Amino acid sequence: MMTTILLTAPVAVPVLAACGYAALGWRRGTAWLAPAAAAGVLAAAVCLAVLAADRPRTGLGGLLRADALTALMLLVIGAVALPAMLASPSYLAAERAAGRATPADARRYGVLTQGFIASMALAVLASSLGVLWVAVEATTIVTAFLVGHRRTRNAVEAAWKYVVICSAGIALALLGIVLLHFAARHAHVPSSGALDWARLTAHAASLDPDVTRIAVALLILGFGAKAGLAPLHAWLPDAHGQAPAPVSALMSGVLLSVALYAVLRVKVIADVALGAGFARTLLLIVALASVAVAAALLLAQRDLKRMLAYSSIEHMGLLALGTAIGTRLAMAAVLLHILGHGLAKAVSFLAAGRVQQSLGTSRIDAVRALGGRAPVLSFFLGAGLLALLGFPPFTLFATEVAMVRAGFATGLGWAVTAALVLTLVVMAAVSARMAGMLLGSRPDAPGAAALPATGSAATGLRPPRVLTAAMGAGLAACALIGVTAWPLRPLLDAATDIVTGVSG
Amino acid sequence: MSGGLYVHALDMAVGALLLAGVLALWRRDLAAIVRLFAVQGAALAALVAVLGLHEGHAATVALAAGILVLRAAVLPLMLRRAMLAGGAFRETEPLVNVASSLVAAALLALLSFAVTRPVVELAPSPATRAVPVALTVVLLGFFVLVTRRRALSQVAGFLMMDNGITAVAFLTTTGVPFIVELGMSLDVLLAVLVLQILTSRIRDVFGDSDLDDLRELHD
Repeated sequence: MMTTILLTAPVAVPVLAACGYAALGWRRGTAWLAPAAAAGVLAAAVCLAVLAADRPRTGLGGLLRADALTALMLLVIGAVALPAMLASPSYLAAERAAGRATPADARRYGVLTQGFIASMALAVLASSLGVLWVAVEATTIVTAFLVGHRRTRNAVEAAWKYVVICSAGIALALLGIVLLHFAARHAHVPSSGALDWARLTAHAASLDPDVTRIAVALLILGFGAKAGLAPLHAWLPDAHGQAPAPVSALMSGVLLSVALYAVLRVKVIADVALGAGFARTLLLIVALASVAVAAALLLAQRDLKRMLAYSSIEHMGLLALGTAIGTRLAMAAVLLHILGHGLAKAVSFLAAGRVQQSLGTSRIDAVRALGGRAPVLSFFLGAGLLALLGFPPFTLFATEVAMVRAGFATGLGWAVTAALVLTLVVMAAVSARMAGMLLGSRPDAPGAAALPATGSAATGLRPPRVLTAAMGAGLAACALIGVTAWPLRPLLDAATDIVTGVSG
Repeated sequence: MSGGLYVHALDMAVGALLLAGVLALWRRDLAAIVRLFAVQGAALAALVAVLGLHEGHAATVALAAGILVLRAAVLPLMLRRAMLAGGAFRETEPLVNVASSLVAAALLALLSFAVTRPVVELAPSPATRAVPVALTVVLLGFFVLVTRRRALSQVAGFLMMDNGITAVAFLTTTGVPFIVELGMSLDVLLAVLVLQILTSRIRDVFGDSDLDDLRELHD
């Protein structure tokens, strides 16, 4: 009974909050419902992490299933959703003050963001590949309106590309699921559980390799599209650039990883059915292509939020690389990297969103000498970017070092070296822009005069206390996990067992 | 249903599915594309019904009725409404001309026959031998999605992809589990709703639904 409640809570709590917003609208009294629901998801995730670290738990007639990997992903969802939702009241207040959002828009924002969190939680809790697919497609539908929230030409264009590319990509994954189901039925997996993760993993050795090969290729390509991996990455910078900042934080920080979670599970099955080579080759190709695309387009990037979006493609590429390496060390690093990237990306997007709101633009050349004018905001933007570039003490430093070590140990040194060179390009490109935005002379220099420096800009650059606290907590967590993975140790060990195929 | 009749009916349904896809590639009149999509939906429903009758699954026959309502009536009506509201009735010059599109369709058919060989070999039966045709429909839908410039044609391409995938699902294992089928249909319906709303927003802000205008976001 207790288990069932805990398993349903991460989906049910945001759904209830969404109903609350649908009924009452977004007003002073309900504005804090969103962070409360996110905190509820996080609390349920912590309980499940304790409960499911030793053995998987199922609920709702076997529809939901939580093992250590699920619990870890729920932790990521909760840990990113909480700061993003804490930032939402001040984000919407600023939009309302600027006349860019009506009460109806705010109500829709409340309903859709909660639906978004609920469907991501369902995706990782689903015991069946089919339900996972339905939940992932649901995230596309829900977030389409959040991307197109501002109804400008750019926002509508981004939303269209997002829905068309992601739906087509995820349709390929559906075809893969159909073929995997076919292979499973012929391996005598009973009809009721033919798409169940645990059953599929247990019967993986008897799946027909030729059919499974087509299925795995389609699944990796399809869920890869949703994870922002090349070649179907074109929607990502547009969508993440146009969505409201808290939504960008959720999309970049968690949604991409939720799609990657599906790839992790598929790889476990593929490694048993086809040997380690097939999935590894495929993942290596998309990983290096993604990092290369990100590096190339970051070199000439002019928009702050698009810069963060390309950084997400880079990190997804690195995660795919770590997954391709696939040893225990590499997989533990991948799982920790997902959490660290989520936190760092959330902080960066929230800071960037605040900058965009107060300056009225997210063009990098319009942001000058922020350090002097907005020390708090600059600190968080700078620290978030440094964390994303992989500087210590943040998590991403430790995990990237671990991936490099694992790569050289498995004879994939060439791939790791190529990725490192490309990461260096990213680092140079991002830090040059970061220095330009944060440091430099006061904005009375020529060029900066074009800034719409209205009276609200000065006050807007000082973030509200709740936003500061949310960003501070995210950054602190990212640093703490980087220094010591201690509180996560047992969970991480158990989850690594699952993704390396040691335990089902 | 007796053996010979079953194979004939199956081949007829799959043939109609493919023919509708190829014709959609040929026509540039948006109203014709919507009609062809409705025909394809009906062919899909017939295919599922034939499979259900052959296996004696009452549930599958019921699903066929659901598919008929959704894909041959509801979705085409939604597309039609979007078209009438949009005021654009013809595809502008597509990226690939009609003759080359038809050659591409032939090549895609060859590709899908090559790719699905393992599927046929794993369980040879009249149903699995039709899988390459269904996969061709998926690829044709993808081709329409990539090469057409009208928002509505892109949506129709996406839906044809989905028809093809559903056909593959039923031809291989008489369908995926019911809850998945239900979720899939709901997702498709919602995706079309979203695309319909976006089409009208595109018209509001760009003045036309020609997607060539959508090129403000780039690096």
